[in-house]
Amino acid sequence: MASIILFAPLLGAIICGLFWRVIGEKAAQITATALLFLAFFFSWIIFLTGSFSDEPIHILRWIDSGSLVADWAIRLDRLTAIMLIVVTTVSAFVHLYSFGYMAHDHAFPEDEPYRARFFAELSLFTFAMLMLVTADNLVQMFFGWEGVGLASYLLIGFYYKKESAGEAAMKAFIVNRVGDFGFALGIAGLFFMVDSVALDDVFAAAPTLAESTISFLWTDWNAANLLAFLLFVGAMGKSAQFLLHTWLPDAMEGPTPVSALIHAATMVTAGVFLVCRMSPLFEYAPGAATFVVYIGAITAFFAATVGLVQNDIKRVIAYSTCSQLGYMFVAAGVGMYSAAMFHLLTHAFFKAMLFLGAGSVIHGMHHEQDMRNYGALKDKFPVTYWIMMVGTLAITGVGIPLTGIGFAGFLSKDAIIESAWAGGTTAAGFAFWSLVIAALMTSFYSWRLMFLTFHGEARGDKHTHEHAHESPMTMLVPLYALAAGAILSGMVFYGSFFGHADKVAKFYGIPLAGEVHAEASAEGAAAEGEHATEATDAHATEAEAATDPETAGEHRAAFGGAPGEGAIYFGPENHILDNAHAAPVWVKVSPFIAMLLGLGLAYQMYIRRPDWPAKLAENQRPLYTFLLNKWYFDEIYDAIFVKPLRAFARVLWKRGDGTVIDGGINGLAMGIIPWFTRLAGRAQSGYIFHYAFAMVIGIVILVSWMTIAGN
Amino acid sequence: MQNLISIIIFLPLIAALILALFLRGEDAAAQRNAKWLALIATLATLFISLFLLAGFDPDDTGFQFVEDRDWLMGLKYKMGVDGISILFVMLTTFLMPLTIAACWNVTTRVKEYMIAFLVLETLMLGVFTALDLVLFYLFFEAGLIPMFLIIGIWGGKDRIYAAFKFFLYTFLGSLLMLVAMIAMYVDAGTTDIPTLMTHSFASETFPVLGIQVIGGMQTLLFLAFFASFAVKMPMWPVHTWLPDAHVQAPTAGSVILAAVLLKMGGYGFLRFSLPMFPVGSEVMSTFVFWLSAIAIVYASLVAMAQDDMKKLIAYSSVAHMGYVTMGIFTVNQQGLDGAIFQMLSHGFVSAALFLVVGVVYDRMHTREIAAYGGLMVRMPVYALIFMLFTMANVGLPGTSGFIGEFLTLMAIFQVNTWVAVVATSGVIFSACYGLWLYRRVMLGQLIKESLKTIKDMDGREKAIFAPLVAMTLLLGVYPALVTDIIGPSVEALIGQYEVALNDYVPAIELASAGDN
Repeated sequence: MASIILFAPLLGAIICGLFWRVIGEKAAQITATALLFLAFFFSWIIFLTGSFSDEPIHILRWIDSGSLVADWAIRLDRLTAIMLIVVTTVSAFVHLYSFGYMAHDHAFPEDEPYRARFFAELSLFTFAMLMLVTADNLVQMFFGWEGVGLASYLLIGFYYKKESAGEAAMKAFIVNRVGDFGFALGIAGLFFMVDSVALDDVFAAAPTLAESTISFLWTDWNAANLLAFLLFVGAMGKSAQFLLHTWLPDAMEGPTPVSALIHAATMVTAGVFLVCRMSPLFEYAPGAATFVVYIGAITAFFAATVGLVQNDIKRVIAYSTCSQLGYMFVAAGVGMYSAAMFHLLTHAFFKAMLFLGAGSVIHGMHHEQDMRNYGALKDKFPVTYWIMMVGTLAITGVGIPLTGIGFAGFLSKDAIIESAWAGGTTAAGFAFWSLVIAALMTSFYSWRLMFLTFHGEARGDKHTHEHAHESPMTMLVPLYALAAGAILSGMVFYGSFFGHADKVAKFYGIPLAGEVHAEASAEGAAAEGEHATEATDAHATEAEAATDPETAGEHRAAFGGAPGEGAIYFGPENHILDNAHAAPVWVKVSPFIAMLLGLGLAYQMYIRRPDWPAKLAENQRPLYTFLLNKWYFDEIYDAIFVKPLRAFARVLWKRGDGTVIDGGINGLAMGIIPWFTRLAGRAQSGYIFHYAFAMVIGIVILVSWMTIAGN
Repeated sequence: MQNLISIIIFLPLIAALILALFLRGEDAAAQRNAKWLALIATLATLFISLFLLAGFDPDDTGFQFVEDRDWLMGLKYKMGVDGISILFVMLTTFLMPLTIAACWNVTTRVKEYMIAFLVLETLMLGVFTALDLVLFYLFFEAGLIPMFLIIGIWGGKDRIYAAFKFFLYTFLGSLLMLVAMIAMYVDAGTTDIPTLMTHSFASETFPVLGIQVIGGMQTLLFLAFFASFAVKMPMWPVHTWLPDAHVQAPTAGSVILAAVLLKMGGYGFLRFSLPMFPVGSEVMSTFVFWLSAIAIVYASLVAMAQDDMKKLIAYSSVAHMGYVTMGIFTVNQQGLDGAIFQMLSHGFVSAALFLVVGVVYDRMHTREIAAYGGLMVRMPVYALIFMLFTMANVGLPGTSGFIGEFLTLMAIFQVNTWVAVVATSGVIFSACYGLWLYRRVMLGQLIKESLKTIKDMDGREKAIFAPLVAMTLLLGVYPALVTDIIGPSVEALIGQYEVALNDYVPAIELASAGDN
């Protein structure tokens, strides 16, 4: 069944991409979509029945060189299963949605076929992504990793006639390659230390790695930290984390279904998946994990600030994605991998939905993407409006505080913020506050998007507004499906991802070790809470929380087992889950309050006083332009990397190759050879024969020497 | 079938002779006959070489299909293949029919053109199978002549300059090798390669012109061979003949030059440098690593600055050969497997890329990148094939380009992490120039008037690419096809190398003890 899930999209891509001329464009699209729905059903069956296999499913031999053995195989555990449902669900519905969205694309003339190419590339992407998540060794993961990069490149550059699309595609591929540079070194380092690239071997070796040093460049490093760090550099590229994020906003050049599938729900989360998959390594690499926390927190904060002022509807969502990925990394970095996966899952639903909703608006507005030209679209797009509303409620985290009732984002985001608080280190503290502030900004920009698009006055071209129309059924059905996910997935899966340790352990197949007495840790958490808060009532409720049957029983279960035994690994010192459950009330409600503040601010600025934003931008000119220009990252990179490298390349070519090497060697040759030829008195003869002659002479000398010496 | 190798080698030569002696006239019919004869001869060679592959036993690490007979003046005619050389033979026989098919539209001096390629095939096959120093040298050097003529007669505008540069560089390199061969003969008393591989040349440090040469005789011999092979590869900084040669060479010439002739250098390192001068190789390995790492970064950067498609691909070849030399001198399983794999893969990929350029060159008669743009609209099949080989060149997993690059990087990390980091950065730069080229040629609006009627690939062109596409993907998905064949021989080579080095270590200690 797993093999079918894996190869159905590949088959779809091949049929659709290469044989659409034979079976027709429509049939090709239907085939690709049908095959994906097949994968979708099987994935859910595997996820719900939990029919995993301990042994990887072997498909074919691949690389086999000495001790470096990497075969094509499927690793099927809970982590894979989560990714399988995320990838196939979103992909299947995006395929369906694309029927409508790509039906009449004005970027292409009537006679130019483009639909089959689009579907083939979507399916190809899905295949590569599935290879990534089912990988049993690092090399196959790297295959998927680069494969999704290729598909992303192709799809960002889908409107290939547009200069900006071609450029954005290139940028995405190259920036990702910077990350892959780290990933490749990480694999090389692991192979060097462990003498294997199989995940099980790497996991088993993690405790040893933590004790070993590796000599890398100028000095010796702790092996686990260095290798985890190098792998994380790969994750930073793929997941558009701070410093390597610049490609993601530009990637919005691709058609909107692509943004939903690749640049929101699946590919960009591959980095988070990588860190969770490598949890045994990261548990033994505290230094690298701290780095992950910082990068995640900075990204969450940074991307949110930029998202506040963007005018392109897709770019707002893109920065929002970037920011939410930062949340996931914080969770993974502090050691709460399960919360990271939880947010990955819920985010996939609501973010894909937001993108598809935005696509619906863009489609109906004749490819207008600037929110300044929207406004009052609520009545034109009644379904899309409510869908977007669900998405906004989900991403901003609306729910009933201190209960398990709320939209998906409410549960998963709060889980991350509580985990960050529970982390207890400086980095985690920094992350906690960054994430709370980012939550406020998330709420602000999300509501800003809603208000600018659907409320207020109609702005921009009248004609466009008059012809605006709701999208066809093929586009709305996927939206309903994802909306169900955005509403329910948090509540349904809370227990499994972030509930009591028993449940989480069962979910991931982690063996439970000894049991910790509830009181001791509850007291510890209480003491910590007291330290952090002054309010006495907070203390009281917190004690309540600690004795809450949801979070603490008579005895608390602790995670155990050896690295690699469960789908994710929690080290013996990792008590984040318990500590997070025991977080004080003010921690638990802080994201909710931040959300309310953001909503209020957005309401004030875009509904009640629509003149405020312009005034504020005028007053705070430098800050506004700083944010509008995305902290000037593109300009800085251009100045310190792109331009100097180009100039350097030219210098190497003209001066290095031209003047120095050719000049030197030719000078030498042209000086010496004519001298020889003059010496031979044959300067007037043709060159060819000259050298042929010299060669023959050489051979004659050799042969005669040997005949003489030999006899 | 004890003459199998001779049959394979001389079949093209016989066809060339038939052409030279019996084909008369310059009319269309004669031209067609010449092409068909050449195609049939190369196909037959390919077919027969499949028997060689089928009969080859990978687990036997010695030479197989050995032919050994006396030749003139007491010299030996000795041929044979082992796990290291057999796939180069296969690469050559596989590519030759495609090369002939690629020059189907040539109209000037067709007969001579075909003869040049057929002779070249014989000589290239001879290089990979010769088991005697003299024989090897003859094939190695003589191979220059047809290539020189192909560039010099059927080349572009500046073909004379390019042909000479090509000839001069490679020939001067070879002269040093000749000297070294004489020295080897004097020392070992034989020119038999298998014997020389087990002969241990002196490795005691001795001074030359006041400089202590560590590794002594072996290092000197190594350097002499290195001069020849490094130019052939080509390695930085003796690579500048390659871009010029490629730009001026006709498409088919470029294909063979990149796909097979460059591999002679790498093959030479594997056949001579490592087994015969292990100490010299070890002493010089760091030097070679750095040359390789520089080649990877330098050539990639220079490739980015090119305006000529062929030059760009030529520089990318230099970069890719950097992985080969780096892999070879790590002398571990991944390094050698990777290096050989990279050479084979580069044989397919660079051949395909030069053919890709040839497709548009045949239509527009320019290689200037700026003369193109937006071809995707009119040439979807071409766009797909170009994309595939660009990705293979960039080293995307799933294509053959990945395996060699990846294995050599895994190998170098075990030996020298600085070099590993510099070399790995090549994955970024290769993406830069590869995608930059693709974008400028294929993407964007089709605005140039001259391109508006350009035609997509025809049946002949598709047929030429099909085998290359198949090999690139097949080896990318199932590289065991190659590693199973080369693995045991590589392992034996490494074992022999390590034994030789272990013998040497006491010698170093002795030497340093002597200094104290």
